[in-house]
Formats: sequence, C-alpha cells, structure tokens
Amino acid sequence: MNAPVILDRRRVLAGGGALIVSFSLTGAFAQDQGAPPTAPKPPGSLATSPYLDSWIRIDADNTVTVFTGKAELGQGFKTAFQQIAAEELDVAFDSLKLVTADTKLTANEGYTAGSNSMHNSGVAIQNAAAQVRALLVAEAAKRLDVTADSLRTENGSVIAQDGRRMSYGDLVASDMLHVQAQPTSRLKDPATFKVMGQPIPRVDIPAKVTGGMAYVQDLRPPGMVHARVVRPPSYGAKLTDCDTDAVEKMRGVVKVVRDGNFLAVVADKEFQAVKAMQALAAAARWQEIARLPKQNDLPAALMALPARDTTIFQHSDTSVRGSKTIEATYTRPYQAHGSIGPSCAVSQFIDGAMTVWSHTQGVYPDRAAIAEMLRIPPASIRLIHVEGSGCYGHNGADDAAADAALIARALAGRPVRVQWMREQEHAWEPFGPAMVTKLKGSLDDGGRIADWHFEVWSNTHSMRPGGAGAMLAAQHMAESIKPPEPKPLPLPEGGGDRNAIPIYKFPNARVVHHFIPDMPVRISAMRALGAYHNVFSIESFMDELALLAGADPVEFRLKHLDDARSRDVIEKAAQEFGWRKGQQAPSDRGFGFAFARYKNLAAYCAVASEVEVNRETGRARLVRAVAAVDSGQVVSPDGLTNQIEGAIIQSTSWTLYEAVTFDDTRITSIDWQTYPILRFDAVPDRIDVHIINRPGQPFLGSGETGQGPAAASLANAIANATGKRLRNLPLTRKRIKDAIDA
Amino acid sequence: MMTLKVNGKDHQVDADADTPLLYVLRDDLKLNAAKFGCGLGQCGSCTVIVDGKAVLSCVTPMVLLEGKQVTTLEGLGSNSAPAPIQRAFMEEQAAQCGYCIAGMMMRAQALLQRTPKPTDEQIRGELVLHLCRCGTHMRIIRAVKRAARLMDTAALTPASEGSAR
Amino acid sequence: MRKSGIIGGVLAVLLLGGGGAFFAIAWHPAIAAIDPPPRQSFDASLVKRGRELAALGNCANCHTVRGGKNFAGDLAVPTPFGPVYSSNITPDAATGIGRWSEEAFRRAMRSGVDREGRHLYPTFPYDHFTNVSDEDDRALYAFLMTREPIHSQARENQLAFPLNQRVVVAGWKLLFLHRDGFQADLARSVEWNRGAYLVEGLAHCGACHTPRNALGAERSTASFAGGDVDNWHAYPINTQSPAPVPWDADALYAYLREGFHPDHGTARGPMAEVASNLSAVPASDVHAIASYMADVFGKPSPVRKLQGETALAQAKLATATPPDSQGAKIYAGACAGCHESGRPPPYGGIHLGLSTAINANDPRNLANIMLSGVRSIEGERSPIMPGFAAVMNDREVAALLAYLRSRFSAQPAWNDLEKTVAEARRTQTAYIQNSAGPANAPADPAQRDKP
Repeated sequence: MNAPVILDRRRVLAGGGALIVSFSLTGAFAQDQGAPPTAPKPPGSLATSPYLDSWIRIDADNTVTVFTGKAELGQGFKTAFQQIAAEELDVAFDSLKLVTADTKLTANEGYTAGSNSMHNSGVAIQNAAAQVRALLVAEAAKRLDVTADSLRTENGSVIAQDGRRMSYGDLVASDMLHVQAQPTSRLKDPATFKVMGQPIPRVDIPAKVTGGMAYVQDLRPPGMVHARVVRPPSYGAKLTDCDTDAVEKMRGVVKVVRDGNFLAVVADKEFQAVKAMQALAAAARWQEIARLPKQNDLPAALMALPARDTTIFQHSDTSVRGSKTIEATYTRPYQAHGSIGPSCAVSQFIDGAMTVWSHTQGVYPDRAAIAEMLRIPPASIRLIHVEGSGCYGHNGADDAAADAALIARALAGRPVRVQWMREQEHAWEPFGPAMVTKLKGSLDDGGRIADWHFEVWSNTHSMRPGGAGAMLAAQHMAESIKPPEPKPLPLPEGGGDRNAIPIYKFPNARVVHHFIPDMPVRISAMRALGAYHNVFSIESFMDELALLAGADPVEFRLKHLDDARSRDVIEKAAQEFGWRKGQQAPSDRGFGFAFARYKNLAAYCAVASEVEVNRETGRARLVRAVAAVDSGQVVSPDGLTNQIEGAIIQSTSWTLYEAVTFDDTRITSIDWQTYPILRFDAVPDRIDVHIINRPGQPFLGSGETGQGPAAASLANAIANATGKRLRNLPLTRKRIKDAIDA
Repeated sequence: MMTLKVNGKDHQVDADADTPLLYVLRDDLKLNAAKFGCGLGQCGSCTVIVDGKAVLSCVTPMVLLEGKQVTTLEGLGSNSAPAPIQRAFMEEQAAQCGYCIAGMMMRAQALLQRTPKPTDEQIRGELVLHLCRCGTHMRIIRAVKRAARLMDTAALTPASEGSAR
Repeated sequence: MRKSGIIGGVLAVLLLGGGGAFFAIAWHPAIAAIDPPPRQSFDASLVKRGRELAALGNCANCHTVRGGKNFAGDLAVPTPFGPVYSSNITPDAATGIGRWSEEAFRRAMRSGVDREGRHLYPTFPYDHFTNVSDEDDRALYAFLMTREPIHSQARENQLAFPLNQRVVVAGWKLLFLHRDGFQADLARSVEWNRGAYLVEGLAHCGACHTPRNALGAERSTASFAGGDVDNWHAYPINTQSPAPVPWDADALYAYLREGFHPDHGTARGPMAEVASNLSAVPASDVHAIASYMADVFGKPSPVRKLQGETALAQAKLATATPPDSQGAKIYAGACAGCHESGRPPPYGGIHLGLSTAINANDPRNLANIMLSGVRSIEGERSPIMPGFAAVMNDREVAALLAYLRSRFSAQPAWNDLEKTVAEARRTQTAYIQNSAGPANAPADPAQRDKP
C-alpha cells in the first residue's frame, strides 16, 4: 500500500511530469468539480496554488510556518490544520506557526464555506507537508550520502540510522520549496498517527478565556478612531436630507461621512461615536420605497414570483406502481445568522495602500469587491482575516469591511474601526432564504416507496462572490454599484436544491428546482443552505410515509438505502439511542429520527431525539439527542463532536423559534427581544455524539451536516408525542398548541 | 475624571458619567474579555463582576461605579496562571467561536463565589441571561461544574481563588 | 400568630353566635365518589369551551408550580395568615379530583366546599367563582376531567391555629360569601353584561385589585381600589386609577389581549400571566371585559383628559435637562437609552411620563422592575429589560426612584424608599424563582422600528 516515493529534486525543479507511484487519495479526485484535467492536478487547493511554499515555509532557525487561505470561524480549523501539518511534516505540534487567510501571505482559497475547508485546505496542507517532508529527506539523503529509505524524520529533524541528524532548517535552501506539488503524495499510514485523530486542545481557546487578543473587535492600532454607520430604515431608502452641522460639533466627532445614501460618523472615542450616530440618525430624513411581502402569507408570495424550473433528478421504473399516495407541503421563513458579535472591521488607507482587517469568510473575493467599489487596483489592498464571532455564513462581515474601507478612504492615514450595532446586524445581514417544498410519495403493496416527487421553491442561497454590488456600502454610495444578478449554485453542491435529491433509492423519482431570482428580502448563504429545509422536508416526509406503511421509521429508512456508510450511521445512532421497533414514548414525550448525508457527498449524520411536549402550553423541549457522524478520516475528534453538538442546538433554535419578521416596509426583528433564540432554559439534558472514524478515507466536511437531521428528528419526535404533524417552520409553541387543540 | 478600580488597580478615567462601563473597559483600559454583543442588556457578552456580583457592563453607566470594585476575566487569572474557571473552560474545550464565553465565565464565577456547589438547574437559571449562538451550551454547563470541583479543591489551599478584592 | 388568633377568635364567635345559620353553612355532606369518567365521554366542543373558561379564570397559574405538571397544584400562595398550597385539580383518582362528580365540582365553585364536605380556604376565590353559571361550570368540569391525571399530593397548608381548622371558614363565608349569583343589568348592553359576568366571576379581577379587610375578604365598598399580590401592587382600576393617560375600552382591549399598550406600558409581573391567558380566549370575551372595566374606570373628567393629553405630548418631546442629582445621572446613563429612544412598547421602554408605576401611590412595582428587570420568555418575542439589583445598592435605587417620581409625576414624594427597596429585593428573588411564568408573551404587531 505504501510504496516508497522518490522525489528527485532536479526533476521536480524542472517541472518534470514523472509519475510517482504512491498512495493516492482517490476520494479527492472523485470530488473535484468540472471537467477532468488533461494532466492530473495535485489534490485540494494545491490545484490552484501548486507551489509548496505557498503552504509551508521553513526558516533557517527551524521555525515552520503553515499557511492556509481558509479562516478560523470558531470551528477549530487552526488547530486541525496544525495537526495535519505536524503529522505529515513530523514536527512538534506546538512548534508550528499557522497563518490564516491574508491576501498578502496566503493562497487564494475562496471562501471558508460549504464545509469545504478540510477537502480543500486540509488536503492541500496534508499533501504539501508530505511532499515537503519528502523533499527534505531527499536533500538529507544527498548530503549524508545515504539512501532516502534509511532516513526517518522526527521533531523537525531528519535522522540517519547512524544517529546523524540534520534539522529542517539546516536542510532547506532558499528556493527549495518553491516547487509545484506533485499530483500524488506519500501520506502517513493512519495507523501510525500521533497527532491527527488525537484530542489536541484548541490553540485559540487560551486567549479567549484569559482576555488575550483574539477577535477583530480587539484590534487597537495606534491612532485608531471609531466609526458608526447610520443605515437607512429600509431597503432602497434614499437620504433626502440630513443637517450634519450639529453632529459635526459634538464632542470628539472627527468627521461626518456622507456619500449618497451612505451616512457615517467618526469620533475619537467609541461612546462618542455611538451618541453621534444617534444624533445623526435623528437628523436624517429618508424616503422609503421598499415593498416587502405579506409576512403572514410568505409561501404564497414566494411561489407567486417568477421562477426558472429545472428537473434536477429523474428516475423511472414503470414496472413499479404505488397504491397509496400522500402529499405534503413544508415551509421555512427567512432566518437570521444572528451572530453574537455584530460585524466589525478596521481599515487604514495610507499612501494609496489600504489594509482591511475583517472577519470575512473570503479575503480574496472581498478584496476584489472593495477594490471595485473604490475603483483602485486589488493589489493596493491587503485584506487580513481576523476572527469575529461565529458567522454561520454570509452575515454582515463583508459589509462592515466595505464600510470601514469607504470611511478610511475619507480619513486618509488614520485607522478606522467600524462596529455595527445589534439592530443593524439583525436588520441588514443577508438572511437564510425562505423556502417552500412540496412532496408527493406513494407506497407499493409491499410498503416500499414506489414513487417520489419533490419540488423546491427558493431564491439563490449565495450572493457571493458578488463583487462590490453585493455590499451595502457600494449600493448606498452616490456612484452606486448595482447588486449582481443572482445565480443558482451549481449541483452537486447546489443552493436552494442542496440535498433536494434524496439519497434513498426509489424506483420512480423526480426532483424539480424552482429557482426564484427576485429577492424582496436581502438573502445569502446561511449554514447548510438549502439542505436545512430540504432535509427537514425529506426526513419529515419519510416519517409520514413510514406511518402510512405502518413501519418503524428507522427500519423504513434502511429499507430504501444501500449505501453502507449511510446505513452505519443510522444503525449507530439508533442503537446508541436505544431505539426499539414498536417503542412507546411516555405520555408527554415523543421519539424522532432523521438522517442525511450533507450535499450527498460530505459528512453523514443521523440524529435520534427525545422530545417533551407540554400539552397545555404547546411547549416543546428537546430532552436528549443522540447523533452518529461519519466524516471520513477524523482529524480532531473533539472538534468534530463540538460541531455536531453545536449543530443540534443551533438547529433546535432555528426549528422551534426562529423567523425574521417584517412589516410592509421594514425588518422588525432587530434585536434579541424580537428575534429570540435558544437560551439555557431550553437546553437538553444531554447530547451524545458518536463518531465513526474512517482512517485513510478522505476528509468530509462536517460543519453543516447536523442541522437538517436535527430539525427533522425534532419534528418527527413532536409528531410522535402529539399525533400531529407540523410542517411549517418554526415549530413554535403556539403552532404546536393549536395543532394539539385542533 | 474619575477613579475606577479594576482588577485591584486604580485607573484615572476620562469618561462621562453616562458612559457604559463596557466602553471604558475596552477602549480606555484596553481590556478584551468583556465584549460588545448587543449593548442592550440582552445577551450577556459584556458581563463583569462589580463588588462580587455579575453585572451587564453595557448598561451600567460609570456613575454607578463610584467606589466599587470591578473584576474582569483578566483579573481572575492568566494563561500562565489560570483561575479554576479558566482551567475548567480550557479543559472542557468549552468554546466554539468563543465570543460569548468571557461573559459566561464571569457569570459563573459570581455564582460559584456565593453558591460553591450549584445544581444543574441553578447553573442554567443563572446563565439564562446569556446567549450562545454556536450551541456550546452543554460544554459550558460541564465547564461550570468542573470549575466548582476545581474551586472546591483550591479552597483547601491557603490562596483562595476568585474572590472580589 | 397573634393576628391569626384574633381573627380566629372573631370567626369562632360569629360561628357560634350564628346558630342555625352557622349549622347550614358549616356542615356539608360528602358527595359520593365516582369512578374517574373516561375522556371520550366529554363532548369535544364542551372541552374546548372549558379550555377558554379556564384561561379566563387563570386556573393554570395557581394550580401549576414551576417545574411541576399542569394543574397538579402545590403552588404556595402567600397570605397574611401563612401559605396555602393550591390543590391538584387533575383527574387523578387518589390525589386530584378524579373522583369528583360534576355536582361536587359545581359545589366547590359555588360554595367553596370540597367533595368530602370540607371548607376550602378562600385563597381559592370562590367568592368570585360563585357567580359562574352552571353551564360554564359544566364546561370547566369537562376540561379539567380530560387533562392528564398526575399523581401528586399537594403540601399541607401552614396556617396557625385556629385558622387551620377549616370550620372557621364557615364564619368567613357567612360574612363574605354572597351566593346570589350573577345578576344581569338589563339597562346595560349585552357586551357590558358579559364583561360584568366575567370580571365579577371567572376573571376574578377584584381578587388582586380590590383591597381586603382584616379578615382577608375584599372590601365591597372599595371595589377595584387597589390591592396586592406577591409584593406587587395591583393598581386601582376604578376612578382612582393613577395612570397618567386615562384608560378607555380600546386601550384596555389592546392591553389585555396583546399584553401592552404604547400609552400605558407592558403587562409584566403577575399581570403578564393574565394577558398571556387572554390572548388565547375569544376576542369577544376580551372586548366584553374591556367594556365593563372601562365603565369601572369611569369616564375621565375634562381635567384628567387634558392631563393625559399633556403627558402624551410631552412624551414625544426630546428632553435635555442636564443631570445634576445622582438620581438624574443614573437615569441619564442607565435608563434614558431605552426609555427615551422613541422605540414604542413593548420592545422599547415606555416613556416614563406615561408610567403608571411612577404615578401610583405605591412605589413597589417600580422597585421590583428596577431590581429584577423583565426576563425573556422562552422562544417568544417578548420585552427584555436588564435588572439593576446587582449593580445598584438600596441607596442608589432609592435615589433613582425619588428622581423619577419628581421628574415624571406631579404626585407627592414617596416615603421610606430605601426600606421599600430592601423589601423588594428580598421578595423578588423568590417571585422569579417560583413563578411558572407566562406561556404567551405580547403578540408582535407590525412594529416600525429603525434598524
């Protein structure tokens, strides 16, 4: 399995295309999008950034720095990537430095999104590290005049059998790592892993629990001033009048920035900026033009909009016929990211060079957008990722970066910090889109699904990369830039149709995606994208069909699945939960089950839940949840567990409580009073996560795999407890009570 | 100008009486732990301890701090010498993005100072003022219970931890 | 103890002196136990009607304790004579009312006597429920008998002798229980009468809002002149209402139905549960209650009306008084941010010139709110106000209360504020810990708020 790899340095430098026999990552190739290349490309993001020193740098003093174009969002990536590099490079974990997304220093890996980071960056780092190590060994072999086979690596040194050692720092020559990666690498045998797959404490947590510098909100460059934006009251509002005189005279105010409909104030001290913002907001006059849909009739409003219809999946077997048919419609409202820390950015414009510190998910696309907005070359902007609070997708971060850049330009030289207010984040962030799904299914006489029909109506689920036009500052400034035309995200990943194609095997199936370009409410990517609602719908409907068949929900699913890894997570979750066919929950409780494979190509997750429903008040509470997850080769078991626990709780909040509210003109859910999320009074008694590790298998993205199954599992448990099926998210206390009372 | 006592030290602060404590801590004293989450007293990210009690610093104007002692997370311990609550959160890896965590820890610290062996229900009841969007709740509860155990053993040693000075 | 001794003595004298009347009141036969009737034996529409009536009567809130099961009782209702624990009214055969016939239930509602013939303490407000019609009793019975039976024995009451002898209640009833039932006033509208029937009966508003005499009975000459519950002051809701803006039927309807009104504030404290319940009953019933109560409030005099309009107008103006006193500085820093933001209730703090709490004779409600704030309600859109108990000591709270009183009302200053605050601090902790809390929260109207 592990044939030796010999990388001849001369041939590598000459860009020789010699094929190297090695252990290969077949999985990585299978997941590449687009047409197969003429020459095999290196795996992951090495395909677009093939130079090894884009990823690994070794200094003469033996310091090793790892570069990733991805961002730490709180998932623990810094730690995971460090684990990967430490493992493949054979350096001590603690000795590594990791640099994340920075347009000056790291590769362009697009967005940290879509649960692609392990697959893109993790794979790239793994292979780059392995190849760097191989180069170092080859160099040592030359210098020590021994064969490469006889050498081993440990703790940043290459060691010969006779005990002679050379540190990596000694070995590395100036441009030695400036070579392109090979398509395949010799990776370590998972059975020998010392760091990968081990529970390593996260490297970012110590600072976060001791008040160290950790977030973009903590940046305080010398001479920094504080800015606040005054946002319009609604989409498209025009600033008709604003007397800024009084505000300009307020204590500490440095400048009022007015550019078309973009209005902001800058002050020396932060609270001065807040007070000036309030005064400026009071002085501003707006002409509002927004026409928002009727909130009480949102599904109908959505479906009335023009749509482009695509059949994305079809399978037909006329020999199989259904005899019993049911239909169901499921709906989801707009939902908010609701990041705990409102968006923030710092920007400084000196001598034609702009630096922006931002918690954007994509430093390169954001740089391009800001460059377009300011009409300056992208090369004159450096965009550095600094952590913010969890973003869960496209929140206000990119907009805050644009705000800061625009204001910094008006205040040449001084670093400007823009902090969004809570109300601004709630009202202006792009939401997760509202969706409608219609399902129809029939059973044959044997109780198996004979026919499956699934239709989904949705906006796009991403307005990125959208250039400048996707950012509020650019839309609002005088020479405004129009928002880009929305485009559907292509399959197999998909957007509104993510996970719309069922993973189950049905003899007859048809899946239709109704793509709606018109966006009456600002939307973009939110964690799991369409998968949250599509999995909620599919897995709720599977239970409805199981009920029709008189079958146990778990058994019913297994009957329609032949994929072994899917079956394994289902069986694991059921077993660990104590799921028994024909079980009966206590009188005020219900049991529910759900499963999905995120995007049908990322991590697998099954969730079994026990829910308690108070029949007098309708209040539903998650009592316990048991999850099983298969994410391929596990790098950080604790990080993975944390992600799945978090996904279950976050999804519980979305599913039981959350809906953006609005009137005819404005968003009205503008703080935690009006957009409540889960608090400690609703936290379950326990959540157990069982990991099925697959050593040697490709990494599968797991940051978004739990949300859909958790939602459906809850809905199924509530149906089990009450005998009533709820299909309209969120499953609020009032809706449950009305269903019980009906 | 007023004197503000933070983490045992006096600071001369130039802030108006109506300035919320949070801005003074972060901007004047350059302390990172207490965070701006909402500025409305709805999320708990700004929590610090004043005279032994947990307080939302974003809605606490400076006028209320005359002669009182403020303790922030930085005052409890450091990376090299972490307080039990800090050790507990590190050992439980009780954070995802971590933005809400400092506030949670201060609330928990205040609870543990007056209720050394809190029940699950008491912990949840105290923390209901705090929001965590990443869903780290289970670990946070485990970390608070762990801190209680650590403080229990620490109390056996002369240098007691975490009391408001 | 001494107080209960005196009261007990008075009641005993009354009883013994009453002779035959006493005997008629004091002794009731047991009504035969029945087998718990099956749920299906109750008509669904009757159960539904019973659910609405139970909401009107606020049954769940006294008969459910935080963390306990619905209607299983065991809530400690504080009285001046010691706590009385609410009973289990689920249809459990052993510990609830599972063996009660409809007749037994009706007798309890009508006369305050349990199935076995024992007197019930008037903490169970049968002095109001006696006005409930047979038809409504039937529906309530159907509702209760179709709840989940919970096996749970409520705790024993802790009343001092002789009040722990139920027979003394007979004396109380002799004096204070008027069993004439509800009499409609034919000169009034149907809606008014419906309101009167509900208010004087099931809704039992006077139980909180009417002052009580030394024997714990409502003072019939002071109907709706204000009362107490749980160290909250239930405002006068008659002509003596301290609300800066006078109430009318429309405002009352909105407040009771939605839980807030922009000119008056948000229903919190024990009133939150009432509004929560009333959001779930037929709108016509809430209109009826509003119509009757508007009459009880009375039509405002021209002077009062003008005062209300002035208060409203002033609330719209931006104020710029420089803070001089400590109370003023605290207000500017801790309160004005929300209470002068222009964002209307329920999510914006009410402008304090419109606050009944500040205008009332009794400062307790203001002290309670200031200390404990207003808590979020699980999963519901609802107002959140931070509490200041942790960061303000009694002296600071008292200074702030005094300032608010002088700045936002024309009423005379309150006395003994520090004592009031200390007492509020002590009792609010208990209230927050024990009350089950409102299940609904103010509904979310289409609010126009600036982002």
